[in-house]
Amino acid sequence: MTAPLELGVARRRLVVDSLGIWASIIVVGTIFGFTARQASLSLLETSALSSILFAGASQFAVVGLLVSGAAWPSIALLVWLLNARHFLYAASIAPHTLRLSRRLRAVIALLLTDEAFALTSAHLERLGQIDVRGAIYAGLSVFVPWNVATIAGWSAGSALPDPATIGLDVVFPATMAGIAVALVRDRATLVALLAGSAIAVIVAATVSPGAAVLAGGLLGPFAGLAVRSRGAA
Amino acid sequence: MNDLGILPLVLAAAAGTFAARAIPLFAPGVDRLPPIALAYLRMIGPAALGGIAVKEVFLRNGVPSVGPEAVAVIAGALVGRLRGSLLLAMVVSVVVVLALRATISA
Repeated sequence: MTAPLELGVARRRLVVDSLGIWASIIVVGTIFGFTARQASLSLLETSALSSILFAGASQFAVVGLLVSGAAWPSIALLVWLLNARHFLYAASIAPHTLRLSRRLRAVIALLLTDEAFALTSAHLERLGQIDVRGAIYAGLSVFVPWNVATIAGWSAGSALPDPATIGLDVVFPATMAGIAVALVRDRATLVALLAGSAIAVIVAATVSPGAAVLAGGLLGPFAGLAVRSRGAA
Repeated sequence: MNDLGILPLVLAAAAGTFAARAIPLFAPGVDRLPPIALAYLRMIGPAALGGIAVKEVFLRNGVPSVGPEAVAVIAGALVGRLRGSLLLAMVVSVVVVLALRATISA
C-alpha cells in the first residue's frame, strides 16, 4: 500500500480527475436533455429528473419507459433495481464516514453517483481517510455540470454533433476503467477487478445489462478474497 | 398525466435511489465489521467500476466483442495507471479510438 498523499496534493489530483469527468458528463447530460425533450417532457420535468433523481443511466430508462407507455410503478421499480448498485458504493465508503454528522452523510448519499463514487474512492485511496470537502466536491462536480448540460441539451441539443465522431463516447468508460485500475494496490484487488469485469460482461450478455454492474460488484470481491486468503495461508 | 407532470414518479424513483445510497452510511456497527468484511468492501470499488467500463465497451448488440473502443479504454487505463493521471487516461482513450476507427474505415 502506498503512503497517503498530503491533503493539498490529493485535492489537486481530485480536481484534475474531475475535469476529465466533466467532458463525459456534459456530453451525456446534453444528450439526456435532448432525448427528454424529444419524448415531450417539459423543461421542468427534465430538470426534476436530473436534480432530484440524479442518476444518469436510470434517467434514460425513465424517459424510454414513459415513451413506451409503461406504468409508473413498474418504472419506479426498474429505477430502484438499476440503482441498487449504489448500495454497494455507499457500503464501500461507509467505514470512513462514521465520524461525520448525519446531515453530511445524507449530502454524500444524495450525490453518490457512479462518477462521484469513482472520484471519492480514488481520493480516499490517496488520503487513507475521508475528506468531507473532497467528497462533496466530487458529488457537486458531477451534479452541477450534469444539470447545466441537461438544460442546455433540452434547449439546444439538436445542434450537437454525434459524440462518436469526436471520440467522446469512450470518455465515460475510460474514466471508470482508469479509476478502477488506479484503485488496484495488490494482487487481490486486481483479481477482484478482473473477476468483477468478467462477471459484468457475462451477466450483461446472458441475463440483463441492468444487473451486470451489481453482479460484478457483488461477486468480484469474493474472487479477490479467495486470492487474499490463499496468500495468507 | 396530471398537473404535476411526472414529478410524483420522479420522487418515488428518487426515494428508492436515495435509500440505496443512504442505508449503508447510516447503518450502525459498520466500524465493528471483521477485517475480511472490510477487505470485501474495499474491493467493491475496482470490481464495480471495472464492470461499468467493460459493459460499455465489450458488448456490441448484447454480444461480447473486442472493438476499437475496448482497445482504446484498456490502453488509456494502462497509460493512466503508469503516469498516475486520469485525465491522461481519457485523452489517450479518445486519441486511440479515433485512430483505430480511422484506420478501420480507410
